[in-house]
Amino acid sequence: MKSWLLTKDHKRIAVLYLATVTLFFFLGGAFATLIRVELLTPQGGLVSSETYNKLFTMHGVTMVFFFLIPSIPATLGNFFLPLMIGARDLAFPRINLLSWYLLVIGGLLALFAMLAGGVDTGWTFYTPYSTTYSNSWVIATALGIFVAGFSSILTGLNFIVTVHRMRAPGMTWFRMPLFVWSMYATSLIQVLGTPVLAVTLVLVFCERVFHIGIFDPALGGDPVLFQHLFWFYSHPAVYIMVLPGMGVISEVISVFSRKSVFGYAFVAFSSVAIAVLGFLVWGHHLFVSTQSVYAGMVFSFLSYFVAIPSAIKVFNWTATLYKGSISFATPMLYAFGFIGLFTIGGLTGLFVASLGIDVHVTDTYFVIAHFHYIMVGGTIMAYMAGMHYWWPKMTGRMYPEGWAKLSALVIFLGFNLTFFPQFILGYLGMPRRYHVYPDEFQVLHVLSTAGASVLAVGYLMPMIYFIWSLRYGALAPANPWGATGLEWKTASPPPVHNFDEAPVVTHEAYDYSTVMGEVIEVG
Amino acid sequence: MATERVDSVKTYAAVWIVLLILTALTTAVAYVDLGAFSVVAALVIAVVKMLLVALFFMHLRHSTHLTRLVVTGGLVWLMILLLLSFADFMTRGWVGVPGR
Repeated sequence: MKSWLLTKDHKRIAVLYLATVTLFFFLGGAFATLIRVELLTPQGGLVSSETYNKLFTMHGVTMVFFFLIPSIPATLGNFFLPLMIGARDLAFPRINLLSWYLLVIGGLLALFAMLAGGVDTGWTFYTPYSTTYSNSWVIATALGIFVAGFSSILTGLNFIVTVHRMRAPGMTWFRMPLFVWSMYATSLIQVLGTPVLAVTLVLVFCERVFHIGIFDPALGGDPVLFQHLFWFYSHPAVYIMVLPGMGVISEVISVFSRKSVFGYAFVAFSSVAIAVLGFLVWGHHLFVSTQSVYAGMVFSFLSYFVAIPSAIKVFNWTATLYKGSISFATPMLYAFGFIGLFTIGGLTGLFVASLGIDVHVTDTYFVIAHFHYIMVGGTIMAYMAGMHYWWPKMTGRMYPEGWAKLSALVIFLGFNLTFFPQFILGYLGMPRRYHVYPDEFQVLHVLSTAGASVLAVGYLMPMIYFIWSLRYGALAPANPWGATGLEWKTASPPPVHNFDEAPVVTHEAYDYSTVMGEVIEVG
Repeated sequence: MATERVDSVKTYAAVWIVLLILTALTTAVAYVDLGAFSVVAALVIAVVKMLLVALFFMHLRHSTHLTRLVVTGGLVWLMILLLLSFADFMTRGWVGVPGR
């Protein structure tokens, strides 16, 4: 126990993170379950309106700040970034451990707020409600997010320095696996954006506790200023969530079609482009606030630009498949799911980025469906792809392929059944954050809840067979997929110092001629 | 890694005194009514102080290009935050909206 809690090994810290974020995932999932059960009937009889407000707030806070943001970077990134560039550990192992403790402390603060009575502002903490009117545990929750933010900053800082200074001999920038590029781009956002969220939460604290006028018009403030500051972080935060997923997909698509990723440099730079462009678009969350129409037009125009690097990735993954030797192993099924669902999420993003349509669908289930297609259909599908892809390396055991394929299918179907009806609901005018609704929306809500039940089964299955595989799974060879990355050139699971001999890189990433002898039948 | 070249104590003391003088100047300027230029004067002095701290106390003068790039990047990102936020606050009356 002590050896785990004081470990400086990036692999063990990744496992600590994995346990932590899994816990928060199921907690956030429990809140989602209650929301969906409540929405089965239009009368809103299960919980009071106050409780419902708290449920969707705590679902959002838990999932965004304590699951999605740390999910791929802190678990898969932590475990594999050093391995993939041939390093023995991250640049700052102690800071890495500190970052886990910060996430735990932040998480415990948020948990305390939830147990003490919950918070009801929505995960966005909009002012003046959060600073003046809400009687719930705003400060404790904000403090939890504030502390967890530093965990995110430290992880980002650690990754940036590691990529710059710890690459193995011969591992040039353009020989790095695309997962490393995407982690690097993610880290840039974490370091540049998260401090602004911290400042914003401190300002909320100052106004709520000391009544210093910053956001409250009665005190001389401007409530829309909060939205500017909040979304300056929180829009790029969407890319903190999805960019690592894109990195995973690049690895998986390449391995299971046994081809180098089409247009490697374009895919690499599109990650950086998304990171940079992501900071120029936050005003599209403010179209129906008092934001000036001029600024609205500027932000709408800039928002469309994010579609370019996103489309480059999707087209390049598709082109990678072309004439590839494709095998339908579980990670690949999840990757296919990711591409389809992310594309739907991305394209509906263009709808909500345009001023006219956004006025119609703002604060409706259309927006809910849109961002769940990105965050669940995108990020969690990629997270599951990565978990299955790297599970043999992390644990030294294979997961049961049949069950895993079934779970991928169940999750894909359940996801679409949950969230596709929400596009229609939103377009018809069902507002978000309401639990009493007109009778004619009930059919679509029931479909959505039915989908959520399927989705829940889909998520419980991997939980069970992953734990099962730790004891009963077949022993994993060093390179079960015939992959090219350095992480597959060491034992499964890797020794404490990662490599028995320091690796020297002589090939581009994804050069499958180098692993011809290592190919092992899968799926 | 770049070798640590640290300035002499004399230089640090000089920079420190200049910072104190600039602080006094900021206070003094606050008592003089310069109209719109009050803010300009205060900000100019603040920027000079910021540069002195970054260049001397934070060793930026002797840093690698990469470190300078990181600092410049941080400043550019701050400018993005300010510029695009002001694109809202400065232009709220520019285009009329019926009913608003």
